[in-house]
Amino acid sequence: MTGTAPVTTTFEEVLGLGDDALIAAQRLSEWCARAPEMEEDIALANIALDQLGAARLLLTYAGELEGAGRDEDALAYLRDDREFRNVLLVELPNGDFAVTMAKLLFLAACQVHRYRALAEGPDERLAGIAAKAVKECTYHLEHAALWTVRLGDGTEESHARMQRAVDEIWPYTHELCEPVVDPDPRPPFGLAAPGHAGAARSDAATAASGDGAVRPTRADPQLRAAWLATVEPVLAEATLTIPPDGAYLPRGGRQGLHTEHLSYLLAEMQVLHRAHPGARW
Amino acid sequence: MTAPQESRTAPGRTDDAAAAASWPLWEVFVRPRRGLAHVHVGSLHAADAATALHHARDLYTRRQEGVSIWVVPSAQITASSPDEKDAFFDPAADKIYRHPTFYQVPEGVPHL
Amino acid sequence: MYGNDFGVSDEPPGSDGLLQQVEAAEADLRAAADRTLSGSEGSYFDRVIAVDQRIEPRDEMPEGYRRTLIRQIAQHAHSEIIGMQPEANWITRAPSLKRKAILLAKVQDEAGHGLYLYSAAETLGVSREELVDRLLSGKQKYSSIFNYPTLTWADVGAIGWLVDGAAIVNQVALCRCSYGPYARAMIRICKEESFHQRQGFEILWVLSRGTPAQKQMAQDAVNRWWYPSLAMFGPPDSESTHSAQSMAWKIKRFSNDELRQKFVDMCVPQAEALGLTLPDPDLRWNEERGSYDFTPPDYRELMRVISGDGPCNRQRMEHRRRAHEEGAWVRAAAAAYAAKQRQRQRERERVAA
Repeated sequence: MTGTAPVTTTFEEVLGLGDDALIAAQRLSEWCARAPEMEEDIALANIALDQLGAARLLLTYAGELEGAGRDEDALAYLRDDREFRNVLLVELPNGDFAVTMAKLLFLAACQVHRYRALAEGPDERLAGIAAKAVKECTYHLEHAALWTVRLGDGTEESHARMQRAVDEIWPYTHELCEPVVDPDPRPPFGLAAPGHAGAARSDAATAASGDGAVRPTRADPQLRAAWLATVEPVLAEATLTIPPDGAYLPRGGRQGLHTEHLSYLLAEMQVLHRAHPGARW
Repeated sequence: MTAPQESRTAPGRTDDAAAAASWPLWEVFVRPRRGLAHVHVGSLHAADAATALHHARDLYTRRQEGVSIWVVPSAQITASSPDEKDAFFDPAADKIYRHPTFYQVPEGVPHL
Repeated sequence: MYGNDFGVSDEPPGSDGLLQQVEAAEADLRAAADRTLSGSEGSYFDRVIAVDQRIEPRDEMPEGYRRTLIRQIAQHAHSEIIGMQPEANWITRAPSLKRKAILLAKVQDEAGHGLYLYSAAETLGVSREELVDRLLSGKQKYSSIFNYPTLTWADVGAIGWLVDGAAIVNQVALCRCSYGPYARAMIRICKEESFHQRQGFEILWVLSRGTPAQKQMAQDAVNRWWYPSLAMFGPPDSESTHSAQSMAWKIKRFSNDELRQKFVDMCVPQAEALGLTLPDPDLRWNEERGSYDFTPPDYRELMRVISGDGPCNRQRMEHRRRAHEEGAWVRAAAAAYAAKQRQRQRERERVAA
């Protein structure tokens, strides 16, 4: 399984996964000292630490693949917003605890499948990182699932909040399941190249909307199916309804086209490091 | 010890005291990697067993100290008298200071 | 999770000594268990105290002892929880990923310490909910040191070095406290906290050898945190009201001034190693006493801060209250779910019967 096939891991692929973990860790760490219960404070910090650990390993590897001398800190602190390759879901604000759990549930469910595949892939370095990350993400998934069920099947208020959270985050899950490196990059918003605008691609899965029109989703069908198989039972047990796949499919993170939230997140994350160029900490 | 709770489906904030009472105390026992017996390491609050176990993993094995974890509701523990050997003290049944989940603060005790 | 990367600095001088003391206390705890009680004079409680054995939760004990311990352990727990705030303040802005990871782990540890201590307090017949209530209503206090702001990254280092250092000096002594659950919690906490102190020291070490701006940041932080850290040991012995009884009950093993002196003697060589000065022009070695003479902190300021007028008291309490209130619906949901599960279980049993 490993060692025989040529390794074709790209800088962009590893960077994308690393950025997902880094930005997820940053958002989760905002809960420190304000979680709903002390035990939960520890749990969230623990999860943040795991994600940060994976981010550090992935960013370090990405820097090596790039070969331009950038280490984990250079990548984390000195790239501008347009150079980040995380999916939009992770940069969304924490919202209330339900939103945070919805984000974590969806992210971890995807990471588990991605890392599991990478752990058996031809890149030994990536396989090593992924093997460790699978165990951690399995725990994160379990944690998020525990809470999704309790909030969904708890009080009327918690149910309402959890349903609202699922509805709000669901559109961002399509990008989550796309290939990390776009096999067919398209131009940014507003520029429809001839032959592409609105047309369904023959090799892309499509999602039907209520009016019968076909909207393209670029999610990897296998990953999406695996992800749904993980997520749907949790939502069902939580007595939550799964939102229909609609026309709103926010994406662009892998191309550096983020929401307005990322800029603020990075400003806070990077400010001290950038204030002292070249300094060691 | 906690009385059976009714399903809470009323909108709005539930009475926090009652909710807190439904996050009972659990005792945690961990069997260290090379040890043979579970050791009592402390306690935590959780609403149910799955969450208690989950939190116990975070709180008591953060440094990978334990392999097997048991969580037991404190109310389920039956304890023996601490001084069975010593004839000088009152029988266990008369002990004022029993396990905390059975302890009710008498009225009139000044705030600490 | 992450390694103790100490490539750049030596460990703070004297830190091994503290860990050894903790281990000695732990060994004594085990040895104490084998000691038999002497004679038949006096209550069980008095005889246990007399031979330096441990009082356990179900033992008979004076009401004053129980209440003193509840207050002390609870306030210690509250300190750990509130103490998370000044440090969590810098997690999102930590200047390197390694520092971010270490700080996250540290703050996580502090939450854990708070929980161990609430655990210990609960063995004395009080619920965590009541204790949290007393904190939020201001009836119980927390260590005054956390009412100061962390204004720069260097403050994170100063807190680790000075505040955790002072806490350890205090806590090592508590490893020999007469109450078993508290002593055991202290041993566990001390082992974890010696790591925190070393990390704080290392942050300052790197800063003091860095750019001029970094060195200035480190010195400025030490200038602001030194005297409040000395004040952590409480008022001078001559003015300490609870001490005598706590000493007799072997809850308190050393006086405030003794511990404060121990702390100063530990810090001076560490400051020298860091290349930073302590903001005390009258700090000097006293050959006769075999200790450092030092300027005492302003105890009136300590009293003002304890009574609620420190720079961050209101902010710290408001933060905790808000977190508690905003979390209420989550806690209620967990409780509701557990109740539903119990109900469903009962129904399943009824159907099966």
